Amino acid sequence: MSPEKNRSSLLIKGGHLIDPAVRIDAPMDVLLKDGRVAEVAPPNKIKGGADERFDARGLVVAPGFIDLHVHLREPGQTHKETIATGTVAAAAGGFTSVCTMPNTVPVVDSVEWVEWLRQPERGAVVNVFAIAAATRSSKGVTLTDFRALQSAGAIAVTDDGKPILDDNIMREALVLGGELNFPVVQHAEDTRMTENCSMHAGARSFRLGLRGMTAAAEASVVERDVHLAMHIPNARLHVAHLSTSDALKSVRRGKRAKARVTCEVTPHHFTLTDEDMRDYDSNYKMNPPLRSVSDREAIWVALADGTVDAIATDHAPHALHEKQMEFERAAFGITGLETALALAITKLHREKHIPLSRIVELFTAGPARCFDLRGRGSLVRGSIADVTVFDPKKKWTFDAAKSHSKSKNTPFDGSPFTGKVVATIVRGTIVYSG
Amino acid sequence: MNPARGSLLDIEHLEAAEILKLLKFARRMNPDKPRPLLKGKRVFLLFYEASTRTRSSFEVAAKSLGALTVLIQSSGSSIEKGESLVDTGNTVRAVGADVVVMRHPNAGAPYILAQHLDVPVINAGDGLHEHPSQALLDAYTILRNKKTFKGLQVAIVGDIFHSRVARSACHLLSKFGVKIILCGPPELAPEIAMTLAPGVRVTRHIEEALRGTDVIMLLRVQTERLAGLKIDLAEYVARYQMTPVRLKMAKKDAIVMHPGPIIRGLELTSEVADGQQARILEEVRNGVPVRMAILARALGKMPGKMR
Repeated sequence: MSPEKNRSSLLIKGGHLIDPAVRIDAPMDVLLKDGRVAEVAPPNKIKGGADERFDARGLVVAPGFIDLHVHLREPGQTHKETIATGTVAAAAGGFTSVCTMPNTVPVVDSVEWVEWLRQPERGAVVNVFAIAAATRSSKGVTLTDFRALQSAGAIAVTDDGKPILDDNIMREALVLGGELNFPVVQHAEDTRMTENCSMHAGARSFRLGLRGMTAAAEASVVERDVHLAMHIPNARLHVAHLSTSDALKSVRRGKRAKARVTCEVTPHHFTLTDEDMRDYDSNYKMNPPLRSVSDREAIWVALADGTVDAIATDHAPHALHEKQMEFERAAFGITGLETALALAITKLHREKHIPLSRIVELFTAGPARCFDLRGRGSLVRGSIADVTVFDPKKKWTFDAAKSHSKSKNTPFDGSPFTGKVVATIVRGTIVYSG
Repeated sequence: MNPARGSLLDIEHLEAAEILKLLKFARRMNPDKPRPLLKGKRVFLLFYEASTRTRSSFEVAAKSLGALTVLIQSSGSSIEKGESLVDTGNTVRAVGADVVVMRHPNAGAPYILAQHLDVPVINAGDGLHEHPSQALLDAYTILRNKKTFKGLQVAIVGDIFHSRVARSACHLLSKFGVKIILCGPPELAPEIAMTLAPGVRVTRHIEEALRGTDVIMLLRVQTERLAGLKIDLAEYVARYQMTPVRLKMAKKDAIVMHPGPIIRGLELTSEVADGQQARILEEVRNGVPVRMAILARALGKMPGKMR
């Protein structure tokens, strides 16, 4: 983004502001100036001119959405996605900030790679925050240099895709992370229990002849991690893509004990279940897998009651040839950036009656708190001018072929949705308008 | 996308009337009196996994109907070089396949193939999922011996978890109201198997499974598929092996079936395998006319109505 553009001003007029961090849910105009929020005021109260105006009548104006969990596939797997293409998809989905996972080729486990991710040459159109590997090459054996990674700009560590199974390594990671106020993100899956498995273990996996991942394989790791976090001073644990009812129970216990435990849930886990896959369609294959009906119900409750801190997409692009094959051999993961808000509004707001302000919180203040993204997640005066404008009533149909991601692996192709992103503004500049 | 007409991907979604029609049609098929119903047709046998019975049976069935058969196995073909399933499918279609019979180690593989081909696909066994032609030949064998499904009780003993034969058999027999009792240790006969179809029960006790049973279907413990599961084979033999003594617990006229390969001394003794009540070789024999019927149906040669 050119600095000239940052120095302009933009008045967002006539919209309905939802800013959960400061409990605003009312008609407000928002003035952005020099990349910051200059003023927030009731309709027509902002005096003075602006270089540009944005008519937000009938629209919701919210702090820029933050996705704590995306795979942008760089370095090394540019046939699936690049930072440039992935961030265009993010902008189209209303995300002004994304946190990219380190399970790339090579693994982002060094200061050099964290810095490389942040270089302007990557062509990012939204803010990209690096999550670095927690152990060298994510092998789960030796911790990386947390202090140096944090100084280089990494916002958390994880071995995502692979869990940290060794109890003592996880303990060491939480101890060191606690000293540095650095969150440790866990992909909770006891892989010793999930070998050769490709979906959730239940009646449906038995019927389909597919080996199933038990809920226990997730819940047991979350249980252990929460236990460790409760007993290590200042430790910060973030549970990635939590998918089971039992794992939620552990998170609740941790939170009640005032441990610094946070968690995220994906749109596909609050929308679909293991019953939804048809004809061995690998666009329904992801890890963690689509769970049972009762797991999904527990997730709805946890999204509403505050147990879940953030909605994160786990955007996992794969080329067609990596998906168009035998279900058991196909790659895990689906894209998610461009469907997240629509799924949240369609499923959680309209069907499950979760208030829009809570949904906005799950995309903004919630994730900002998980990783301490200062100046983001709220539009209070002085904040960074990242804004998402959406139409909560707009009906549309998702066409995967028109997706901005390099990959089209989604189970939601052709799905009718309610709720659509109208504009995405990063540091005062409109980077997407739909 | 819908699979081509005549495809046979599973038993679960096949209607009872269609099954009966197929079985009736199979009775008209006789490999010793070849009929050129499929003259000039090319049947491709795509085998990604080892097979003795199913492969040879489909081959004899196709040839008895006058078709040309081409066998493609994973070793010695492009599959070994990393060609994708869809590309292999398109290739055999381009060579001129009129129907593709596929055996594959992954559940659901025939669905992937069928979505990309305009010719019928016949599932000759996919991973742990289904084995439709085996279920049909077993149904054919049961009807030859028991005349009707009405009032029958079938016990399926052994490694149900890893068995595509068991899954297909449960679906088929359930459609005709047969009482099905699955029997084995928890690792091999999990409780969840009850959800497969109406009328399916699970028991750990062989006596309970055999009492009042008309048909005993034995299954091999698929040690190659256990994937870390630890089964004490001696314990298995002690609790579940079919012996002449145990066989007496079933109805007097009960028959013993097994999809093969049988492992003598493990799931059954030689006395049972070679005994009066065994129908194991009859099943193999019946496989040919049943597969003739499946192939003829695939290519539109099964009459709409049959008496």
